[in-house]
Amino acid sequence: MNPLLELFIGSILNHNIALVYILGMCPLIAISTNVKNAFGMGIAVFLVTGLTAVINWPVYEFLKSTGTEDLNLLVFMITIATTVQFLEIGIEKFLPKIYNSFGIYLPLITVNCIVLAISLFFVNRNYTFEQTAVYGFGSGFGWMVAIVLLAGVREKMFKRSDLPRGLQGKGIAFILLGIIALAFIGFTGIANVTF
Amino acid sequence: MKRFFARLGYTKGFNVLKKGFWLENQVAIAVLGICSSLAITNKVENAIAMGLGVTFVVMASSAMIALIRNFIPSQVRMVTYMVIISTFVIIVQLFLKAYFPALASQLGAYVGLIITNCIVMGRAEAFAVKNPVKYALVDGFASGMGYMIVLIAASTIREVLAFGTFLNIPVMGEGWVPWTIMALAPGGFFVIALFVWFIRDRQQFVEGAE
Repeated sequence: MNPLLELFIGSILNHNIALVYILGMCPLIAISTNVKNAFGMGIAVFLVTGLTAVINWPVYEFLKSTGTEDLNLLVFMITIATTVQFLEIGIEKFLPKIYNSFGIYLPLITVNCIVLAISLFFVNRNYTFEQTAVYGFGSGFGWMVAIVLLAGVREKMFKRSDLPRGLQGKGIAFILLGIIALAFIGFTGIANVTF
Repeated sequence: MKRFFARLGYTKGFNVLKKGFWLENQVAIAVLGICSSLAITNKVENAIAMGLGVTFVVMASSAMIALIRNFIPSQVRMVTYMVIISTFVIIVQLFLKAYFPALASQLGAYVGLIITNCIVMGRAEAFAVKNPVKYALVDGFASGMGYMIVLIAASTIREVLAFGTFLNIPVMGEGWVPWTIMALAPGGFFVIALFVWFIRDRQQFVEGAE
């Protein structure tokens, strides 16, 4: 198989950023109460993760050339916040309908840990530019799959089940995520990429 | 002595501590900072390092934000917080790399991810901008420690079951069959779910309608 395609499939299924690396949990649990909102958040995360990975790669090369790569955290946060801001302005100007349906999700993504995590992972793993782009968009898509799956189960569960007091709401979301993560272990070996 | 304790119950500092540790425990009640508490808790030493790192960052950034709270314009406050928090996280990262290189490579990218740990941002926005420096310090300490206690408890269960060890010392005897699932992601989800269940049930906490 083409190594880039393998990386893409691997980042969605057997190295899913949400269910295997356990990142981006706060919004995953907070916004997964119904499928419609979950899907909107998923699309927004997919766009931002991919774009910031593509932008941060040349930025990191620049930092390396000046010998200041210890400041990468600070610089990555500034690029991420700026990208989110520009994306918000752009979508508001050119696609007002989509902007209304995104609502508050776009600014929230600045503090979603998967966006920063992708940037830190490509530094640790010495990815090339193509690998970074594929990995960024693939992981964003994987996160979307996870949040839509969880929201589907929670939506049904909210109407029909009688839970013990301490588990209502967010408590049960952890157990559901655990079960979905168990299922994703079944994908091990589908794409043998070295991560 | 008894009167001293009775009076202590009414001081602001004590109430801030109690809230941070138990009543508003950041992991179980507020469900913040979940990523690191799930991903890091497969070894007790990782949990201790992460807990201390987060406590330091929360205390330092809360104190800093409380100190300059009257000079931050409210439109750019988020960016200001991010810059302050990033600075302290870089300090923690360089400190770990210099003095505990083995631990630093085990934690990997998760040290950098303290920046996006919602506890730090949440405390800045909910407490530090409205309160003087000394209470911001107490609040940061309480939230950080409340987080660390849950982390250490969860990692104890996971490390003993998954590897048969505690702080890398074997405790379960020769014939112990490791529960591999406890070292993987699902084990983390189940253990944290148990803690959320236990703490919320003790406090009779019921989440508002969704």
